[in-house]
Amino acid sequence: MSGARSLMVALEKEGVDIAFGLPGGANLPIYDELYKSNIRHILARHEQSAAHMADGFGRVSRRPGVCFATSGPGATNIVTGIATAQADSAPMVAITGQVPLKMIGKDAFQESDIIGISNPIVKYAFQPTSATEIPEVVKKAFYISSTGRPGPVLIDIPKDVQQNEAEIPFPSEVKIRGYHPWVDPDITQIERAIDMLLSAERPIILAGGGVIISGAFAEIQSIAELLMIPVVTTFKGKGSFPENHPLSLGPIGMHGHAEANKMMTEADCVLAAGSRFSDRSVGTFEEFEKRLKIIHMDVDPAEIGKNQTTTVAIVGDVKASLRIMVKMLVQKAIRRNGDYPWVKRMKETKDYYRENLKLHDHPLAAAKVLRKLREVLPHQSIVTTEVGQHQMWASLFFDVIHPGTFFSSTGLGTMGWGFPAAIGAKAAKPGVPVVDIAGEGSFNMTENSLAVSVLDNLPVIVFIMNNFSLGMVAQWQRTFYDRRMMAIDLKNCPDYVKIAQAYGAQGIRAQSLDEVGNAVKTALKSDVATVIDIPIDPQEDVLPFVAPGTPLTDMILPS
Amino acid sequence: MWSIISLLVENKPGILFKVTNLFRSRNFNIDSISVGVTENPEFSRMTITTLGDEKQVTQIIKQLDKMIDTIEVKRLDEKMSVYRELVLMKIKVSKPSDSMEIMNIAKAFECEVHDVRKTSIMVELTATPDRINAFEDLVRGFGIIDVARTGICALARGGADES
Ligand SMILES: Cc1ncc(C[n+]2csc(CCOP(=O)(O)OP(=O)(O)O)c2C)c(N)n1
Repeated sequence: MSGARSLMVALEKEGVDIAFGLPGGANLPIYDELYKSNIRHILARHEQSAAHMADGFGRVSRRPGVCFATSGPGATNIVTGIATAQADSAPMVAITGQVPLKMIGKDAFQESDIIGISNPIVKYAFQPTSATEIPEVVKKAFYISSTGRPGPVLIDIPKDVQQNEAEIPFPSEVKIRGYHPWVDPDITQIERAIDMLLSAERPIILAGGGVIISGAFAEIQSIAELLMIPVVTTFKGKGSFPENHPLSLGPIGMHGHAEANKMMTEADCVLAAGSRFSDRSVGTFEEFEKRLKIIHMDVDPAEIGKNQTTTVAIVGDVKASLRIMVKMLVQKAIRRNGDYPWVKRMKETKDYYRENLKLHDHPLAAAKVLRKLREVLPHQSIVTTEVGQHQMWASLFFDVIHPGTFFSSTGLGTMGWGFPAAIGAKAAKPGVPVVDIAGEGSFNMTENSLAVSVLDNLPVIVFIMNNFSLGMVAQWQRTFYDRRMMAIDLKNCPDYVKIAQAYGAQGIRAQSLDEVGNAVKTALKSDVATVIDIPIDPQEDVLPFVAPGTPLTDMILPS
Repeated sequence: MWSIISLLVENKPGILFKVTNLFRSRNFNIDSISVGVTENPEFSRMTITTLGDEKQVTQIIKQLDKMIDTIEVKRLDEKMSVYRELVLMKIKVSKPSDSMEIMNIAKAFECEVHDVRKTSIMVELTATPDRINAFEDLVRGFGIIDVARTGICALARGGADES
C-alpha cells in the first residue's frame, strides 16, 4: 500500500469523517486517495480558513479537526490557523505536503521549512521519512493533539513518502515515553483548597477555558451552588457557567463586566479552574494578589506559577479535579448558606452596575442589537465571534445560557477566525444554528468561505455589526492617540448584502431592532448561509475598559 | 543566579533546535549548552547553564519538561554534582621569558600543553568554570590569541536511587 493510502486508512481508524483543505502539487497523492476514501472533503478557498474550520470543528466536537495544505505557500498559509489553535489549546491535526525527501534543503520549488516555521506554535510536529511510519505518526498525532492540554499537531509528509509502496504496519497503540498527559490530581491539595474556600470571607470562582475544554460545566456549577460562591470567568471561559445564573457575574478583564471586575478585585480567595491568568484577563494583579489566596487548577503544570504565584496548585484535568472536589463536599455534607455578607455584596454590586451603567444611546447600540439576537436565538445555538469591538460587546451583552456554546479567538485574537470556525462548528453539529458575531473588517478577511458555506451545505449566520471601520483600533485612537484616526476607515466597501448574494447566500440589511430580529428569524429558517448587515454607530466605544498594564480596579466606565 | 539544567532527550534530529528555540521564544537566556549521546544511543544528554531568578528557572524547567521529546529534566545542585568545562587556549609568547612563566602557570593549573611554538603556546584545561576564569585572568597579560570553551557538562553525584 502507498504512504498516502495508509494515511487515509489511519485517519479513518481515528474516526475522521470530514477534513478541510486545498490541494497542490506536493499533496496530490493524498488528494488522489481522498478521492477514493469515505472522508468528506471540504474545499476551502484559502488554507488559513481550512485551518480555522478544522479548529472550529475541533473545539465543538472536542476531537481533532483535520486540515490539508500543500507545501510552500499552502503550508505557510495555515500558519495563522495553527497559531490560533495553539493559543486557545484547540485540538487539530494539520497535514501538509512537502517536497520529496531528496529535494529538502535544496530550495526546491514550493519548499518551505514548515517544521522549522511552526515549531513555536505547534504542540508537536512530525515529518515521516518513510511510508511505513505514517500510521504510527497519525496515531501519535491524534493522541498528542487531543490529550492533556489539547493543541495543534502538524504532519509534514514529503511527496515521495506519500507515493512509496511498502508493507505498512498499523499499530493499535502507541507509547510516547516523554509525554505524560494524565496526572492524577493530588487529593490533599484538593482538601486544602476546600478548607481555604470555606475559611475565606470573600471566595470567588474564576472559570477559564479549561472548564470548557474539559466539559466541567456540571462540576463548576455544583461547587458554586454547594458553597454559594460567585462565579466570574475569563473571556475564553465565557459561558462555562450559565450567564443567567444568580451566582454568575460574567467575564473579567480588559472589557470584562464591571460587576465581575469589581468582585474579582474584592475577593480574598480565588478558585481558578483552567485559567492561565492572561494579561487581558487580570490586568496587573500585583498589588492585590498580596491579599488574595489563589487555588490554581490546570492540566498543564507549566501554567502553575507562570503568570501568577499560587497558594495551592492542583495539577490535572480540571474536570477530574473538580469532580473529586464535588464528591468530597457531598460526602462530608459540606454546604454554605447563601446568607453570608459576600453573597449580599454580590447582589448589590450586580444590581448597582446593571441599574447605573449607562448604555450607549443609539437605536442600534451594541447592547440592544446583541440582546435582540439573544432573544431570538435558541439557547443551544453555537456562537463564534471575530475579533474587535463586536467581540467584546458579545462578551458584555450576549449572555451564554447553555454552557460550552460560545467560541472565540481569545488567545491570538485572529480577525477572520469566526466565520470559517463557524462553518467547522456547523460541520461538527449540523443540527444546531451557528452564528458568527462579526465585525465587517474581520469578516472581510475570510468572507470567501461563503463559497464553502453555500456549496458544502454548511449554512451559518453571519451577524455583522457594521461600523464601517476597524472599530477597536478606532477606539484606541480615540482613547490613547488624541483622536488621530489613522488607517481605520473601511468606507462602506464592499456591500456585504451584495457579497452574500454573489456567493449564492442570502444577504439582509437590518436597519432597526425589529429588522434585526426578523432577519435572524429568517436566517434560522433558511437552508443557505445568511449574512445580516447591521449598520451600527461607528462612534460607540466598548466600555468598561481597563487600559493595558493597569489593574482591574481602574475601569473606565461609560459616562 | 546561575543554574545548571541537565536534560535527557530523545536522540533525534531537530531536538537541539527545539530546545534552543524554546529558550529564545520564551525569552530565557542560555549561557552555555553542551550535547552528547548517552550510554543508550536513543537518548542524548544536554547540559545547559542559564541565568535567571528562581521563578524564571522554575518556569524554564517546566517548559522543558513539557516538551514531548524530553525524557527527564533536572536542576543540578552545584554541591551535589560534578561539573566541568574544557577550554583550549592559545596564548601569545612575546619574549623568551613568557614561555617559562606560561608553562609554570599551566603546571599549577594542571593543564595539558599541546602546541609550543616560538610565538604561542596552546593549553588545554578541564576544570570548573571558576577555575578556568581564574586561569584566564592570570594569562591575560601575555595576550590571548584564541579561546574555545565547550560549555559545562555535568552529572549529579550518587547512584540512580539517590538522585
Ligand atoms: C489578523 C489581525 N490583524 C489585525 C488585528 C488588529 N485588530 C484588532 S481589532 C481590529 C479591528 C477589527 O475590525 P472589525 O472586524 O470591523 O471589528 P470592530 O472592532 O469594528 O467591531 C484590528 C485591526 C487583529 N486582531 N488580527
